[in-house]
Amino acid sequence: MAAPALVHNPVGAPGTLPSANLLVSGAHVLDPRARLDALCDVLVRGGAIAQIAPAGELSPDGQTELVQGAGRHLLPAFVDPHVHFRTPGQEHKEDLETGTRAAAAGGFGAVIAMPNTDPVLDSAPLLRSLREAAAREARVPVGFLPAITRGLEGVELTEMAELMGEGALGFTDDGRPVASAGVLRKALQYQRLCGGVLTLHEEDPSLSHGGSMYEGAVSAALGIGGIPSVSESTMVARDAELAGYEGGRVHFQHLSCTASVQAVAAAKDRGFRVSAEVTPHHLLLCDEHVRGLDTRMKMNPPLAGEADRIALIEGLRSGAIDCLATDHAPHAPHEKEVPFEQAPMGTTGLETAFAALYTELVLPGVLELGLVVKRMTAGAALFGLPTPTIAVGEPANLTLVDLGAEWVAGENGWESRSENCCFAGRRLSGRVLMTVAAGGIAYRERAFSVVAA
Amino acid sequence: MNHLLSIEDLDRAGIERIVEQAARFAEVSDREIKKVPALRGRMVLNLFYEASTRTRSSFELAAKRLSADVVNFVSSGSSVEKGESLKDTVLTLSAHKPDVIVIRTPWAGAAELVSGWTSAAIVNAGDGKHEHPTQALLDVYTLQRRVGSLDGASIWIVGDVAHSRVARSNVLAFQRMGAKVTVAGPPTLIPRGIEALGCDVRFTLEELPSADVVYALRMQHERMSEALVPSLREYAACFQVNARRLSPRQLLMHPGPVNRGVELSGEVVDSPQALITSQVEAGVVVRMAVLYEMLSGSRAFRPVPEPQLA
Repeated sequence: MAAPALVHNPVGAPGTLPSANLLVSGAHVLDPRARLDALCDVLVRGGAIAQIAPAGELSPDGQTELVQGAGRHLLPAFVDPHVHFRTPGQEHKEDLETGTRAAAAGGFGAVIAMPNTDPVLDSAPLLRSLREAAAREARVPVGFLPAITRGLEGVELTEMAELMGEGALGFTDDGRPVASAGVLRKALQYQRLCGGVLTLHEEDPSLSHGGSMYEGAVSAALGIGGIPSVSESTMVARDAELAGYEGGRVHFQHLSCTASVQAVAAAKDRGFRVSAEVTPHHLLLCDEHVRGLDTRMKMNPPLAGEADRIALIEGLRSGAIDCLATDHAPHAPHEKEVPFEQAPMGTTGLETAFAALYTELVLPGVLELGLVVKRMTAGAALFGLPTPTIAVGEPANLTLVDLGAEWVAGENGWESRSENCCFAGRRLSGRVLMTVAAGGIAYRERAFSVVAA
Repeated sequence: MNHLLSIEDLDRAGIERIVEQAARFAEVSDREIKKVPALRGRMVLNLFYEASTRTRSSFELAAKRLSADVVNFVSSGSSVEKGESLKDTVLTLSAHKPDVIVIRTPWAGAAELVSGWTSAAIVNAGDGKHEHPTQALLDVYTLQRRVGSLDGASIWIVGDVAHSRVARSNVLAFQRMGAKVTVAGPPTLIPRGIEALGCDVRFTLEELPSADVVYALRMQHERMSEALVPSLREYAACFQVNARRLSPRQLLMHPGPVNRGVELSGEVVDSPQALITSQVEAGVVVRMAVLYEMLSGSRAFRPVPEPQLA
């Protein structure tokens, strides 16, 4: 029998998070999938949603903590299908405990970790030990995507069937592309045996070679090697075609440019089993933000042009892009405090994702809050996980946010071990006050007072 | 603290001020005693992470002619080879309280980064393929000495623009002084989007006769191994500035060192149209002017703007 996909420090285990008994009173409860968009009382008992009633109808008993929801929004907890927790091997950047703490602080109730660790997550014993570590340390449930190829070298397939039996959600060589079409085709064929989503970082190394940022007017002015958008989009088109040919299931990570969105939309029109994600930084920033050569703005794929940014927003709205993912990629200060071309790629994102999207897209009226909530939870179903839903009988996966609260990103430090956040210093609206993940309270904002009844 | 990190730190008046100061120092260079006491007791630190002959020696000579103390730091044979980071090297050397750090690195933006780690004034002597502002200043100086105003002049920058920090600084500086700049070279060596700097782009030398000044860039041999041009022979056939392509009324410049027979033919290097040795001479007086303006507290340099987050 296959192992369960997600693991964390289980609710109710000795010395761990207890199952929550909560009454969130009078919050604006918003869950588009559950068709909830009203002021409600939500009662959580034993970690599950026990009752939903119009605001003011429920009152807590002696075992139930009363959480004042008035003026706040209660949302289904978000799911991030793309994070880097750096364990094993690079715990100076992040580990399962700090990473999941950052996730919980950002309102995420579940996350999926990438395998580009040291050593690479490419064998069943390593997956088993990581899942055991997650069971001890993780604040919110974590799933794992082991590598498609051994050592991420793009040559030999990992033992995918054994890895699936050990609880893998799918496979990815994230951080690198599967450069060889032949190798990816074999993985797609093998998927018929073992299942699991093939999750693809798309980049043609022969086009991106020598590049540190998006190729365009800004890279030309800075004299920095450019990565052309076709480095990504030609690979998206190639791999969509391969997936269609083999009838395989692929997920495209962190789309960054117009042509990639078009390639995914075209593949969906042809009935291919493809899905795609986009990050908050690609939705909100563009290559102009790289002009100051702030290494927090260096990521892969690079921040693209303003027209690409608009196309990504449209893709998210239309559904060509299925879900949001942060690509939370922590790096230590000394690794980022170097000249731009030498710096490693990546930005943290778990703690700012919702507030950044709310501030920059929802408040100005570009996207509706309900759509953002939907896309921030959609990653679960793509990987066969239950979608957090606010409905009676569901496990409590909840995020309580104060949309009116303003804060400066990073002003009080970070839950993550690293601070390389591209939104640091921005004034944001929307603060996560509390996160309930898999029935337990995973995060409380420090200043958020709760009143036990 | 004022820095010279990019030509964008200078407006036209700032460039003119440095050029005028350089002209005053040029008179000193013709005297028997070439030294002035302007910067006595000040320390200039040359921090070079890349091989450089003319830039480093001209900064050293410039500082010495102004009576400053000079410390040269080259990365080979230093703690850098033991793995010391740029930041730690700068912090260590800053403990000696230099007034100016002249820095060259193979990395874009490194000079600006360093300016945040030290209280010394920073002069960018080349940061990767980004900028080389003192080269642009000495080129403006050289050209103005020869032709007077650059207003309305047509200047063609020919060759490997993609890998040239000189090209980027000169496009900005020449335009700031009123010239019209065209960059020309093989399409594989012209970065996409360069026209955003305000210059025209050409992929042949057909219209080269319209130029008043031809500025040839060094064609580096390593571009062959990257297959950016098929061969030096083909490059020379298409883009070499030679007596056939250069008319007698045109001036020729080159930042050096020249590959004779590649980007320039021997006869044009030795012709009276070539300003190449004047450029080298100008290197010292212009760098004297930069150091002097920087340390004498003038307002030639605009303060560096705070980095923008959003």
